[in-house]
Order: sequence, then structure tokens, then C-alpha cells
Amino acid sequence: MNALASVLVELTAGAMLLAVAATAADIPAEERRSGYDFMSRELKAMQDDEAANPGMLAVLDGEAIWQRGEGAGGKSCATCHGDARISMKAVAARYPTFDNAIGRPIDLEQRINRCRSEHQQVAPLPFEHKDLLALAAYVAHQSKGQPISVTDDARSRPFIEGGREIFKLRQGQLNLSCAQCHDDNWGNHLGGAPIPQGHPTGYPIYRLEWQALGSLRRRLRNCLIGMRAETYPDDAPEIIALEFYLAWRAGGLAMETPAVRP
Amino acid sequence: MPRTLIKVPATAKRGEIIEIKTLISHPMESGFRVGPNGVPIPRDIITLFTCTYNGEEIFRAELSPAIAANPFLSFLTIACDSGTLAFHWSGDSGFAATETAAIIVE
Amino acid sequence: MQELIRKIIGDAALQVGKVRLDAPGLVENGNAVPLTVSVESPMTEKDHVKAIHIINEKNPQPHVISVRLGPRAGRATLSTRIKLKDSQQLIAIAETSDGSFWTGTADVIVTLAACVEDRL
Repeated sequence: MNALASVLVELTAGAMLLAVAATAADIPAEERRSGYDFMSRELKAMQDDEAANPGMLAVLDGEAIWQRGEGAGGKSCATCHGDARISMKAVAARYPTFDNAIGRPIDLEQRINRCRSEHQQVAPLPFEHKDLLALAAYVAHQSKGQPISVTDDARSRPFIEGGREIFKLRQGQLNLSCAQCHDDNWGNHLGGAPIPQGHPTGYPIYRLEWQALGSLRRRLRNCLIGMRAETYPDDAPEIIALEFYLAWRAGGLAMETPAVRP
Repeated sequence: MPRTLIKVPATAKRGEIIEIKTLISHPMESGFRVGPNGVPIPRDIITLFTCTYNGEEIFRAELSPAIAANPFLSFLTIACDSGTLAFHWSGDSGFAATETAAIIVE
Repeated sequence: MQELIRKIIGDAALQVGKVRLDAPGLVENGNAVPLTVSVESPMTEKDHVKAIHIINEKNPQPHVISVRLGPRAGRATLSTRIKLKDSQQLIAIAETSDGSFWTGTADVIVTLAACVEDRL
């Protein structure tokens, strides 16, 4: 091969490599790490000790609400679901999930609210309401240790792809995408803070920044504000698509609810 | 009643040093934060925690706003007799909470 | 902070030693910094730790917590979580039954979260 041809071959190979890099590769399964791994020894200890983990207070609250009769019929969650430790085992690890009745995916909080309105005949709770978070924490806690595993089928695929597009989209005043930090730069630092991969392994989490328990919705809102991007309304389809993609992307990682994060 | 989480061993040997862990739900609003409208948020904290063992005080803590929200306190005591450990928190705006835990000492 | 220390120890000398203050060297968030204070003491009727005080350098108020204990503790130790406004030094002062005061310190660097929200 003459010199020109070999240079052309090299340039083409180089261009192909650049093209691959530009589409920000997903994190391969064996490299997936929970945000837990990026925390200090002390915070890991705070999460691991159920007598010291402040999120456990909400789990206890949720347990009490689970037993509480609501509405005219006085039905509690326990009335239909019995012992949550059995009926809710590994359930949260499969959320978000496609809900046939409404023809689109829902997350755990939305599922709890649908139970409230359809089966208990009481008003759904607003997002970030203390009781909704407590119930979600109690239910998700029953999945602790279970691998996240959402259904990726023909109905779910468009929503997961929609979420992926948002994740890769450059947004806001900084023209930054989620992927640029959480796919390309996890393990590096932003200011003094280590950049995690952004997996929803322990929601609702006790975030030290909030000094309270909060949902994935709230955390995503924080991310968008940090990126100087427009936030979505709480019930926007973009949020559920993003949550669905994030759960799919975290496949195989163990649930940690209630997680503690900085 | 605010949510509490107490960890005391159910049983212990006489003379054994046991660890007591306590957690209570409380915002511990320092009084130094300013709300979104520029108005200072008033202080609202737990100021006192006491622990008694069969009626006798074994531990007392005076808390300032620097204690983190949902206060966690862990301390030790010698397991002397079977009986009851009582925990009492009090603070601003008449806040009061009490919890008990039983212990069997053999 | 000096005023508070003076208030605690009065005219007595503050001796360095016996007090171990364990706090992380660097925290990702100042809202809940875990710490443990342990004081070397036989914790007998004749010789025990009566009180442990924790003081900070840069928060709006220097006092963090004061605990009262006695020989029934078995070992003089306390664990809790505190709020730190900024990177600073923490000071623990132990008061023993013979009226003397001992101290130990820890330095904590406080970093901030990268992405926070607009509402409180």
C-alpha cells in the first residue's frame, strides 16, 4: 500500500474512533456502581446501620401508614396486601413499570397513589408529601438487596428510549447533558464532590443536603437546576421516561432503600 | 408522637457494657437559615435528652442548633439489672417525646 | 468560642490528652457530620468523666453539645451527628471527677454538593 493510502486508512480509522466516542457509550454491566461506592466510609456506615440511618424513621412511618385504614371503607394497604415483607418483596425493584390500565409507565409513588384512589377511595397524595415518601420508603425497603430489573418489552421500549434521549441531550445554560457527567466522567470530581454514575438504587433517599427524605423526582429537579436547565412539571411524561431509562440503565444493581447520600 | 428508633440489646450479661442508639424525627431548625422570601426561619430544636435506667438518670445531653436534623445519639451503660430504659426528649415550642425499652439482664 | 471554653473550665487549666475526637477529615456535606468522642478513664466512683462538651470554631454559635455522665457509663464515649457551616476545627473538652479538664481536637474540611435545588 502506498503512503497516501495508508494515511487515508489511518484517518478513516481515527474518524471512526471519534464517531464512537462522540455517542457516549453506556456503562457496561460489569462497571456499574451504585452511588454508595463513591461515598466516604462514614456515610456508608450511616447508611448500613439501620439504627443510625435517618431514612429508617420514614420506613417506620410507612409501616404505620401501611396498617392504617383509610377512607369510607377503612381499607388499609394491609387489607389487600397483607404482610408487606412478603407481598412487596422485590416489587419496587421492578419499577417503573408499564401500567396496562392507563397505557403508560408509572413509578412507585404513582402506583401507590393509584391504589389510594382506586381501592381505598381516598385522594392521591401530592408528590414529596411526607406520607407518600414514607409509604414508598417502606415498600422499597422490602426490595433491599434485590437487583433492579425493569421490564424492557415492546410497550416499554419507546419510553426507555425517550428517557435515554433526554439523558444524552445537551440542555440549559451550560449546554450540558446528564451523560457528560454520569456516563463520561463518573469517578472524577465536580468541585469537591465525586461524580457518581447516577443510578436510582436507594430511592426515596435521605439526602444530607435536604436533611430529609426525598424522591427521585426531587433529585432530578436538583440535577436540572444544577445544570441551569428548565425543570419539568412533576407529572411530566419526560420525568417518567427519564426514571424508566435510569432504572433500566441500573439493571443488576441492588436496591438500597433507604439510601443516605450527601 | 414523633417517630423514634431505639436500639437497646434485648438481653445482656450483668456487668456487660451495652451500647444504646437513639434516633428521633425532628427538623432541628437552627434559626440561622433564611427562607426563600428573605424571612428568617425561626429556631426549632430539641434542647435536652435524658436517659434513665430503672428510674435513675444515666445520661443527659444538652443540644444546641449545631446538632444535625433527626438527632442521633449513641452512648454506653453498664447492664446492671433487668428493667426499663426510658428516653425523654424536650425542646422548643413545648416539644416532648418519651420512649421506653425493656432489658433482661442475667 | 474562647468565651465558651472559659465558661466551661473557669480558672482551671485545659490539659491536652485523654480525649479522642473522631470526625471525618473531609465531608461531602456539612449537614450531618458523624463524630465520636471517647475519653480514657476507668469510670469508677473515684475517677470518672463527669461531662463531655463539644465546641466548634466557625458556626454562628460555638456550643454543639454537652453530655453529663457518670461511672454507670462503663466507658466515656458519645456518638452523634452535627452540622458544620464551613471547614473548621472541633474541640472536645472532658471534665473529670477530680475537677480537671482534658481536651482533644479534630479538623474537618467541609465540601458542598454540586447540584442543589432552588427551594429550601
